[in-house]
Amino acid sequence: MSHYRALQAETVKFRGHNGDQGEAYFAGPTAAGNYPGLVVIHHLPGWDEWIMEVVRKLAHHGYAAISPHLYFREGSDSPDDIGARVRAAGGVADAQIMGDVAGAIAYLRAQPNASRKIGVIGFCSGGRHAYLAACTLSGIDAVVDCWGGNVIVDNPKDLNEKRPVAPIDLTEKLNCPLLGLFGNDDANPTADQVNRTEAVLKRLGKNYEFHRYNGAGHAFFNTWRDAYRPEQALDGWKKVFAFFERHLAATATSVAAE
Amino acid sequence: MCSYIVEKTALIGSAKGRKGWMRIDAANVYFDHPYHSTLDHVLAIDFTNEGEGGRDRVAVELSADSARALVARILAALSSGEAAHGGPAQAAAESMTATA
Repeated sequence: MSHYRALQAETVKFRGHNGDQGEAYFAGPTAAGNYPGLVVIHHLPGWDEWIMEVVRKLAHHGYAAISPHLYFREGSDSPDDIGARVRAAGGVADAQIMGDVAGAIAYLRAQPNASRKIGVIGFCSGGRHAYLAACTLSGIDAVVDCWGGNVIVDNPKDLNEKRPVAPIDLTEKLNCPLLGLFGNDDANPTADQVNRTEAVLKRLGKNYEFHRYNGAGHAFFNTWRDAYRPEQALDGWKKVFAFFERHLAATATSVAAE
Repeated sequence: MCSYIVEKTALIGSAKGRKGWMRIDAANVYFDHPYHSTLDHVLAIDFTNEGEGGRDRVAVELSADSARALVARILAALSSGEAAHGGPAQAAAESMTATA
């Protein structure tokens, strides 16, 4: 595993859904080379410091990573205040988020040192969005769903104008390898829901791998929360990097890895 | 998992935020992942003024147990306050209910 200690990290402008211009956090190695791109989808509470740490971590491992601020249309207030308003309004429509993810992919492809490969990783509600991206967007080579809940929607009343389709019902269209990481103590998704999701992926012959962790619940990667489980998280990150290495060939074209 | 479930209530009052005192007319209440707390889940309350666009808020994130304890203390304070002041707290509560 190569490490890239010299990074460039900054807030950038990107074009999202409907061509709207918004902010994103971008980080990538500064050494000469061609780097695969990763879109990092943040969780519902917002575009927080932890998600930016994740972006830099991915860059450290040889990826050009970008996390679009999915609530940028709400203005320039602090991300937590914006996140609270978005929550009160019932969240953001799936279609808009897919448009923003597509825009972030376009940003990555336009970078002069971009390789041809693109991956997506999402956490919590962002894990669900990553699953949706794998099923609805083209040009993605690998997707990681970290404990995305509501991929299976057991109560049809939970579907609405913003979230009209359960992601599980789009699985037939999943067109890239999928890695799923889950804590067995999680309440959403439950272990049973994870099993049912895997059963659908298996039945449809999809390229996937699921890993389940005992002693971990939701958000066990998150070092800012009591939910953090270092042993499980370290193993989970290994799984993530092995998966992206396999499907995005992270170090194949770089010339200056340490 | 982020649930999108929000309990909303109208209210009458004021709150002090980063810009000083503000009138508030609503509260959004939810039990979900926090932004600031290290707890897995919190009872969060955002006090806002929807009538002025709802952009500013006064926010709290509480553990479930402390939120329940707070509810009990709020009711106790109202009860003792009503006894001490001859009912204005009750009148205010009824007024608040009427506008909710």
